Amino acid sequence: MAKSFTPKVVTANALLEGDAVWLTENDQWTRDIREAELMTDEAHAELRLLEANARHAEVAGAYLADAKETPDGPAATHFREAFRTRGPSNYFHGKQTEL
Amino acid sequence: MYQYNDFDAAFVRERVSQFRGQVERRIDGSLTEDEFKPLRLMNGLYLQLHAYMLRVAVPYGTLNSRQMRQLAMIADKWDKGYGHFTTRQNIQYNWPKLNDVPDILDALADVEMHAIQTSGNTIRNVTADHFAGAAADEIADPRPYAELLRQWSSDHPEFQFLPRKFKIAVTGSANDRAVIAAHDIGLQIVARDGAIGFRVLVGGGLGRTPMIGKVIRDFLPVDDLLPYCEAIVSVWNLLGRRDNKYKARIKITVHEHGIDVVRDMVEDRFAAIRPQFGGVDQNYLAEIQAAFAPPAFQTASTDGYEAARLANPAFRSWTDTNLTAHKADGYAIVSVSTKKHGATPGDASSDQMLILADLAETYGHDALRISHEQNVILPHVHKADLPAVYAALRAADLATANIGLASDIIACPGMDYCALATARSIPVAQQIANRFDALKLEHDVGPLKIKISGCINACGHHHVGHIGILGLDRAGVENYQITLGGDGTATAAIGERAGPGFSADEIVPAVERLVLGYMKLRDNDEETFLQAYRRLGMEPFKAILYPDKEARKDAA
Repeated sequence: MAKSFTPKVVTANALLEGDAVWLTENDQWTRDIREAELMTDEAHAELRLLEANARHAEVAGAYLADAKETPDGPAATHFREAFRTRGPSNYFHGKQTEL
Repeated sequence: MYQYNDFDAAFVRERVSQFRGQVERRIDGSLTEDEFKPLRLMNGLYLQLHAYMLRVAVPYGTLNSRQMRQLAMIADKWDKGYGHFTTRQNIQYNWPKLNDVPDILDALADVEMHAIQTSGNTIRNVTADHFAGAAADEIADPRPYAELLRQWSSDHPEFQFLPRKFKIAVTGSANDRAVIAAHDIGLQIVARDGAIGFRVLVGGGLGRTPMIGKVIRDFLPVDDLLPYCEAIVSVWNLLGRRDNKYKARIKITVHEHGIDVVRDMVEDRFAAIRPQFGGVDQNYLAEIQAAFAPPAFQTASTDGYEAARLANPAFRSWTDTNLTAHKADGYAIVSVSTKKHGATPGDASSDQMLILADLAETYGHDALRISHEQNVILPHVHKADLPAVYAALRAADLATANIGLASDIIACPGMDYCALATARSIPVAQQIANRFDALKLEHDVGPLKIKISGCINACGHHHVGHIGILGLDRAGVENYQITLGGDGTATAAIGERAGPGFSADEIVPAVERLVLGYMKLRDNDEETFLQAYRRLGMEPFKAILYPDKEARKDAA
């Protein structure tokens, strides 16, 4: 049996800052994963990734990352993706300064 | 130190100007990321988890005060006020913006620095003993040879698209402080019948398949250095595997074909190309060697130094751990620890960089070095000046007396920054250092190398740590494997895996258990962790690491 599709978000790094960004339903890049579009349909997710990759003057390295629904919006499920929503743990730098 | 000639300066400026155009075309959308990536990597620019990262070459780890001040200026103007010194003697900036990078590269060119070939499948920055030109045990300064190799390998047309990256290290002493056995080519300066030459190792490396380099030549005359290295790289360039990046490094080529086959091919190639090296390289070498002439060492009384040692126990402790014997009378080599307990190994703030630059200029013949152990070296300080140097370092949080001890930990950036990492390294290093500080034990424990990598690529040199820690992702959770008995010196060895990994919560107690257990196992206070491991083998250490398992064994 094929592996069941787990919910995904489209994520990438902003072209100028390299900061983690996520794709929203209305085609914006957000710096807050909670505003991202959470996709439960595989074909739709693949299409959104293609669309994201076409926007190469805005971002670099778009990919699909696992995420889950929470009352506040999508959240990362893997620790790597969770770190991308916060920043490094050794300094108060990156996104955590804006939360 | 070496100073750029007109050609060097023009070459570096031209590369900056080319990259400026490439960045402009990337930003206006003319270049896709796939097109731009190889161009940015040729200039040391990576894209990591939270930002870009610029890796700047510090050739063979040597800097002067002007360069260090410029590194501080760059950290303040275009980054977050700090830089990270790496295990390849480079400095990395973790937060540059893409559109600022050409300006950063121009600022580096202003002080004869660049980021060329700090990434990509090319010959990388040549590293060397960080005590070069100063160590009492040195046969010759390795840096002129490292500089010759750097000039030869920079933009070498045959070696811009190698099967994989290629790293060369040079040591001038039998006491290997450059981990030469873990490099693609390791060069050790040796003397034979009054002449200087090189013992040449090939096929060493860490990463997912760690290998200790094998001797390909016992003695290589100095004037054969470039043709012989060119022969090695060119044989590998043809023979090395391009079908699988994990099998592409020369260590695999040597492993698969055997050192004897590789040696024969290299010798054939060497014989063919040797006549093309008509001596121009040796003329350059002579010029380079003149640039590395030792400074004018001074004579002064060391009475004040001895008195300060007697009067100040903290100063005495620092001199016991952080000084190394210098070849000049009255001088010492000062290792400045970037590993204050709880700090990020290898990080220096711009303020700290400025203080180090001032100290080098005032007391250190304008010389600074970056060590592969991520510390900063003042290679030439007269002992009479040590109390003043210590006081200034102390005021800048740089006087931690822990060189070579448990808290002098190598750690890669790990998943706090690196896109390749599978787990974090820095917090583990911070917690281990804080724990040993709280125990007030590390001076009793004695020499101990703990090295942490956040993935199998082993930038944190865990394979050659007495205690190596490898961070992995096990089913979506950080997990840390311990290896024991590794050694990065002249008696190089790859550490052995002790057993199952530990969770992030368990790893610091496991290391503590291991070190306290070693103190009970050692023959006497002088027997180091590594010596005890070599005498006793893995079993008693395994029993300490996995006490529950032992208890079960006893009950059965």
